[in-house]
Amino acid sequence: MSIALPRTKALGKPNRGWSIVGILAVWLVGYAVFHGKQTLALAPADINDFHQSLNDLNGSVGANRNSNPLFLYFFNEIKVGIDQIVVFLQHLISQPVGDRPLPYVGWLGVVALATWAAWAFGNWRVSLLTLAGLLFVGAQGLWQESMDTLALTITAVLLSLLIGIPLGIWAGVSNRFNNVVTPVLDLMQTMPTFVYLAPLTLLFLIGPAAATIATLIYAVPPVIRLTAHGIREVPTDSVEAGESLGSTRGQLLRKVLLPMAKPSIVVGINQTIMAALSMVTIAALIDAPGLGQVVVRALQTLDVGTAFNAGLSIVVLAIVLDRVTTAASVRAEREVRPSKTRRYGVLGGGVAALVGVYLSYTYLWAAEFPDSPNVGSPIIRAATSVSDWCQLHLAGFTGGLKDGFTAAVLNPLEALLSESPWWLVIAAITAFAYVLGTWRTALLSLVLLVLIIGTGVWFDAMVTLAATLVATVVTVVLGLAVGIWMGRSERADAVIRPVLDAAQTMPAFVYLVPFLALFEASRFTAIVAAVVYAAPVCIKIIADAIRGVSPTTVEAATAVGSSPWQIITKVQVPMARRGITLAVNQGTIYVLAMVVVGGLVGAGALGYDVVAGFVQISLFGKGLAAGAAIVLLGVLLDRITRAAAQERVS
Amino acid sequence: MFSKLRLTAAVAALLLAATACGGAKVGDSGGSDAGSKGKCGTVNLAINPWVGYESNAAVVAYVAEKQLGCKVVKKNILEQVAWQGFSTGVVDVVIENWGHDDLVKKYITDDKVAVDAGSTGVPGKIGWFVPPWLAKEHPDVLDWKNLNKYAAQFKTSESGDKGQFLAGDPSYVTNDAALVQNLKLNFKVVYSGSETALITAMRQAEQQKKWLLMYFYTPQWFLNEVPAVNVKLPEYKPGCDADAKKVACDYPEYDLNKIVSKKFADSGSPAYTLVKNFTWSAEDQNEVAKAIAVDKVPADEAAKKWVEANQDKVDAWLQGT
Amino acid sequence: MTATTARSGTPERADDLPGGDADISVRNLWKVFGPKADRVPADPELAALPRAELKERTGCLAAVCDLSFDVEPGQVFVVMGLSGSGKSTLVRCLTRLIEPTAGEVLIQGRNIREADDKALRELRRHQVSMVFQHFGLLPHRRVIDNVAYGLEIRGEKKTDRLARAHEVIDLVGLSGFENSLPRQLSGGMQQRVGLARALAGDPGVLLFDEPFSALDPLIRRDMQNEVIRLHREVGKTMVFITHDLSEALKLGDRILIMRDGRQVQLGTGAELVGAPADEYVRDFVHEVPKANVLTLRWIMRPPEPDDTLDGPELGPDVLVKDAVRAVLEANAPLKVVDDGELLGVVGDAEVLGVVAES
Repeated sequence: MSIALPRTKALGKPNRGWSIVGILAVWLVGYAVFHGKQTLALAPADINDFHQSLNDLNGSVGANRNSNPLFLYFFNEIKVGIDQIVVFLQHLISQPVGDRPLPYVGWLGVVALATWAAWAFGNWRVSLLTLAGLLFVGAQGLWQESMDTLALTITAVLLSLLIGIPLGIWAGVSNRFNNVVTPVLDLMQTMPTFVYLAPLTLLFLIGPAAATIATLIYAVPPVIRLTAHGIREVPTDSVEAGESLGSTRGQLLRKVLLPMAKPSIVVGINQTIMAALSMVTIAALIDAPGLGQVVVRALQTLDVGTAFNAGLSIVVLAIVLDRVTTAASVRAEREVRPSKTRRYGVLGGGVAALVGVYLSYTYLWAAEFPDSPNVGSPIIRAATSVSDWCQLHLAGFTGGLKDGFTAAVLNPLEALLSESPWWLVIAAITAFAYVLGTWRTALLSLVLLVLIIGTGVWFDAMVTLAATLVATVVTVVLGLAVGIWMGRSERADAVIRPVLDAAQTMPAFVYLVPFLALFEASRFTAIVAAVVYAAPVCIKIIADAIRGVSPTTVEAATAVGSSPWQIITKVQVPMARRGITLAVNQGTIYVLAMVVVGGLVGAGALGYDVVAGFVQISLFGKGLAAGAAIVLLGVLLDRITRAAAQERVS
Repeated sequence: MFSKLRLTAAVAALLLAATACGGAKVGDSGGSDAGSKGKCGTVNLAINPWVGYESNAAVVAYVAEKQLGCKVVKKNILEQVAWQGFSTGVVDVVIENWGHDDLVKKYITDDKVAVDAGSTGVPGKIGWFVPPWLAKEHPDVLDWKNLNKYAAQFKTSESGDKGQFLAGDPSYVTNDAALVQNLKLNFKVVYSGSETALITAMRQAEQQKKWLLMYFYTPQWFLNEVPAVNVKLPEYKPGCDADAKKVACDYPEYDLNKIVSKKFADSGSPAYTLVKNFTWSAEDQNEVAKAIAVDKVPADEAAKKWVEANQDKVDAWLQGT
Repeated sequence: MTATTARSGTPERADDLPGGDADISVRNLWKVFGPKADRVPADPELAALPRAELKERTGCLAAVCDLSFDVEPGQVFVVMGLSGSGKSTLVRCLTRLIEPTAGEVLIQGRNIREADDKALRELRRHQVSMVFQHFGLLPHRRVIDNVAYGLEIRGEKKTDRLARAHEVIDLVGLSGFENSLPRQLSGGMQQRVGLARALAGDPGVLLFDEPFSALDPLIRRDMQNEVIRLHREVGKTMVFITHDLSEALKLGDRILIMRDGRQVQLGTGAELVGAPADEYVRDFVHEVPKANVLTLRWIMRPPEPDDTLDGPELGPDVLVKDAVRAVLEANAPLKVVDDGELLGVVGDAEVLGVVAES
């Protein structure tokens, strides 16, 4: 023991809590002396040389579009191919074909096929859900828009799988490739879509191809990650057994790795579908057809009801697709040979579905979704009146909440981060990183912070960082409170989970208007929007982690007479720490994903820079730099939280 | 065996049901609105996301389709993306353009892929606005010189100890920050980030009698709902906004115009003549915009109604096609 | 399934290389993990370093150090050691599931370190099979498809491979479970599937990597007896890895004890118990009931002049426990006789010495 002690970190580092207090004290003193100096502020309309050079790059891409062989033979081919797939699907289910005033397959055919598929790949419960969901969407008066959205989503998801599964396999078997691809995936998921939306239309023109690719960029990472994860998780014994019997690499992949990774891959497909659906509204800004258009247009006239109605369709589609793919993954995992009855049933159902398709091809009543019953108008009216009521009656209360919170929490933190000289902030954050992690974490933080300076939007990044930190803390607190409740009570879980699913898939654009009315255009509004978006994920992860705590341990704690509070604080939370760390991590990423939406509701800073870069050509470079800064902030927070959690383990 | 039986029964029942209530077949009534397909061809019309624009677009598209037999493809995109479309060849027409000197320079002057197709007849005006109730109760707030007097009233959580000036939509190059500085106003510019945020702010301010000073513009459908009032700034004189940092005068009045791609202008399409001739008044646009935004009439129906009531104006646009 | 048909599957013995008649012959085998691992076996100074010191100096971990041994056809060769001793690495080096760093491995006369991918695959498909600690079954396949896997990948016709799979399933006593999924079976039954899978390809050599350590003690004993039975019936050459001394003594014709990647002792069970090479082995075998392991050869002493040589006679390979009664009941020391030649005598003192110790 006496030999081992001097080598442990514990002695080298003083107590963590006091170190943090110490750093904070030094920082505050530094702030008092230097505040307002060397803050590297850049006015919203100003750009620096770096941003200008990005602008020039963008310009030269546009200028060479028609002469560069890369465009003529590569991007154009991709564009044409993807357009054809989307148009084919649209002709199949949503858009008129030539002289035919309707798509080939009408509502009855789509409903019948989808219901049958949900049963064949899932179970009868999700099959009923599919039936009800699709009929509901039709009754909302949004059948065609939903089918357009579905056509685009299907294309994007199919392409994602086509690209993602092979890459995932590669990342699963090769550590080197995995190390290369992981940061790229991080980048794809945290870089705000607005940054690359305009350049994409330069590369792939305005149309389905650009929208599909924008969706794909955001949707492909989950399937790559989870495929790789599935392959990595195949037990070594099974792989070695395969090898020891003389399997070739191909046989090993086909017969051992892929079948055993299948459940994980199906989860990846599920996440990819969800991600693709969450891009519906943003893709509408570059002419993606479907429900997103309805939301964006409704927003122009502040028509909350119509936006909500369309948003609800997206939620319904998302829930149906989520439950069906989850049921399919359960089936994949169990992989019991279907009984004879079921096999004949599936066959019979398939025939019935085909009959439905035929009817919907031939007869008008089966092709065109009937106008009544109409649930759309009541939903629109109800949502509008709820929104109006809130705006009228709650504004006084919410205004006070906003003012108090902003003055007490947000302003001081923002001042400390953005008004301190840049070198002081870098020193302080690096010191925090060292205390919470190791010297490696500190070094990485230093590099990331210097890179943020390099983007030229340091001041804005610090303002955004303050809001992000606050939103993350609120998200995690909420996540802990609700997550623990759900983890301990089946009933609470059953009631709350669908609400969370809805909150997560409802496009943020839908609730911006009521939020703006309640909290005005302010940073607080942005924080609320971020929390609404990030909390569901956080809550779900924590609830699952709490539920995952071994019942034996809880039983043992109960047996020695612990109170519920003691069980929570001394058993369930510590044992669920891995899940909670993950929740903090994901919470941060989701909060950062809403920075851009924050820019739309008065948070300014990086979010505004990105939005302005999207709509003003002269600010393109700055928008791109701001997007990069968001990614860098994401990596910074991710590494520090991960390091903090890790050291506590050892 | 049992399930096979059941299956056969189900199929039979379905087929029976199908034939029994067969009803109308798809395409029975087809081919009715084939119309007079002239040699107009396809027009790619950008749809920028505001109602005034959509009103212009709806009327022009309606006339082009019904009276010229063109195929109009509408593309829902933002302004910058629309201009980019001139260079990539996927956009032919932007039917309401608000200045955008930077885009004009890049795509018309430098790259020569787009041309100006003349005024829409609607003047556009950017300016500073306050809610109607405020204009009524404190009429002197309508002069910029008195703004500092009321700065404290305009304070919010976002503006610290200064008054808040709610600036705009990120789409426009604005002078607000320079104006605040150069007019020595005790205000802080807060960036709302979207038109939605601006409109919501104005609606709330009027409803709850809150103080609000913000960037806005006319024509705008929302002014039908809440007639916000323009604050007088130092008069605009040509050239007074030459140096963006030293601006201390009002925004100019824009002559909202139409931009078309060079290719489209040279094509000799009757649709180009229509777009070039298209001009109407702010009242005309407002009428259609109100139908779309307030009465929730679909854009093409609103256009149809206006065209039917104003065929004389339409005939003038169609001269030379 | 009999021993004779089992043999028929093994191909012609390759040309006589060093190793002679041995089925498996290992010469100076090294496996070193870490950067520039090659230099360790090549450099006599590094090669001689103890594991911890090597790790400190080079960052390399020597899992297997300079091992040499032969396994005769039909023999059960046990490798024993605690976890981290390198025994699992060793067994994987035998078919290059882990690539050895240096040395030679000859399987039925062929140096497998020189085999190309195809030859190696052929070897794994036909000559050597392995049974794993955690079974390594494919959860998505039925028992019969798991067993037939090796035949499937070497391209045998479906009817043939299913017939053969039925045969071995029968052999390991799993008839009736052909259509079950692995997770529907108990651990012991799952390992029977693993065993059947290894037997299905009719290899000459079976490798076992701690196959029973994940099982309950009772099941483990059953499975050990099962291996003994199978060995009797099919007569394969077996290499058996274990950390359990009693298992090693029960199954092994010869036992290799490893520590930190090196050989500590190699010999029969009786040799280990009777003449431990060092303290390490002595500690190991300390608890073993010696009477069950040692033969008379190990405890006999030369006859002394005052011995009366009219006691009963027994062979030198009789276990002590089987001779106790005879010795204690006799009035004179027991004579250990081989081929009519008197090797030594065993008296009460010797027997009681062994029995009392255990």
